[in-house]
Amino acid sequence: MRHSLRETWSGLKRNLAMTIAVIVTMGVSLSLLGAGLLTSMEVDLAKRSLYDKIEISVFLCTEQTQGGRCEAGKGTTDAQREQIQQTLEANPEVSEVVYESKQAAFEEFQRVFKDSPVVASRTAEDMQDSFRVRLANPENYAGVVSEAEGLQGVQNVQDLHTVLEPMFTWLGALQWATITMSALLLLAASLQIANTIRMAAFTRRREIGIMRLVGASNLYILLPFLLESLVAGLVGIILAAVALTAGYWFVIVQNAATSITALPWIGWGDLVTAILAIAAVGIALSIVPTLLATRKYLRI
Amino acid sequence: MITFEDVTKFYPGQERAALRNINLEIGRGEFVFLVGQSGSGKTTFIRLILREYRPTKGTLYVAGKNLSTMNQWKVPALRRQIGTVFQDFRLLPGKTVYENVAFALQVIGRPAREIRRIVPETLDLVGLTGKADRPSEELSGGEQQRVAIARAFVNRPKILIADEPTGNLDPETSVGIMKLLDRINKADTTVIMATHDSSIVDQMRRRVLELRQGELVRDQAKGVYGTA
Repeated sequence: MRHSLRETWSGLKRNLAMTIAVIVTMGVSLSLLGAGLLTSMEVDLAKRSLYDKIEISVFLCTEQTQGGRCEAGKGTTDAQREQIQQTLEANPEVSEVVYESKQAAFEEFQRVFKDSPVVASRTAEDMQDSFRVRLANPENYAGVVSEAEGLQGVQNVQDLHTVLEPMFTWLGALQWATITMSALLLLAASLQIANTIRMAAFTRRREIGIMRLVGASNLYILLPFLLESLVAGLVGIILAAVALTAGYWFVIVQNAATSITALPWIGWGDLVTAILAIAAVGIALSIVPTLLATRKYLRI
Repeated sequence: MITFEDVTKFYPGQERAALRNINLEIGRGEFVFLVGQSGSGKTTFIRLILREYRPTKGTLYVAGKNLSTMNQWKVPALRRQIGTVFQDFRLLPGKTVYENVAFALQVIGRPAREIRRIVPETLDLVGLTGKADRPSEELSGGEQQRVAIARAFVNRPKILIADEPTGNLDPETSVGIMKLLDRINKADTTVIMATHDSSIVDQMRRRVLELRQGELVRDQAKGVYGTA
């Protein structure tokens, strides 16, 4: 064991420049990977929370409204309204349909804008009757929207998905770009490790030859190399963990979570999960290239 | 100690067998010369015993173990029972005589106290008393070969394999090395020595195995180098 530790230390010192290169590449790539993971967790969280809250609003015609399935100058008839409600409730994707009358909408309007001068400029007659539709699965909105748009007496269907969808598409692309970049960097890091270890094994090939000849076990021969790359990998992991924690603290805890309270934010638990994930990746990417690089020298 | 049963070895991509249908037995405590021209299969013979390769066909037993079916992870244990000496000594530069010999014990995990006891003993045995702290590369060829023999023998193996141990040495030095190998053999160690040195073989009069193009063409007790 003492021999292994001594060899590890001298290996690290001998290849100091390469070791530093490995640590830096490893640290940066794992930070990126961790950032990608955290972003992905946050996007999922935000998506679920926002989509859960989203209702489809189906606005009905009044005498003033135009467009949609309104007849000019006529409001939606009671029969039409009944028909709309029944059709919506019959749709298997719909979990709940709530009717909001003009009067209720006006009260809501007054409540929301109570300090604003616009309150005085509107009456209940300016509001529209509407249905608020909740979905069983918020992702499957498209069918309900197009069905509602086709019904007689529906003036307009408002649906926040159409606003949110492009945002999430872009966030998703961003997060994949981050993960892809980190994957490329991780590839570079593992190739660097393989190369460093191959060079270290080459410089010690005489010793390794004699060790094999006198019957040293493979583990004994391998241990200094494994420890060498593990130490470099672990330092890289620690750097990445510190960077992620700092990033989480400054970006989310200090800023985002206090200024944007409408959205849920990932917690410390998610940070720990991400750090464990990058630690696992980092350790695997230190060990596997080392085993591959030394295979040639250990073949019996 | 070593049994070849119809052993044949082909190297990948080669038409001719490096060793063909070898049948022989080497007993415990025997001293055997392995002679033949370069390329006759001597090195393959040795590498098969060391389990660097497996036979393509046939069965090979060394120290009671069937090497053809032996698990990869048991190979180090086998090698601990075999000492090996080469023509080019293969010492580690930058290490002293003592360190070179101790290395063989350290890497198989022998305790430090034991190492401190056995290494000087072995150095005395091979005639290197008082040279323990000399850097190995400062020694003469003969002395370097003694260090290599000490390293091969320090773990008291049952078998000592010497591949042309006198190939780089002058005749007088060679005689000293042969005396040493003879003494090791008398300590109940099976010695197998591959050599081109006819005068040594003729003087020692031990069992001679002659290989020619991979075939065993002579197995003679108290033999000489050339065909009798």
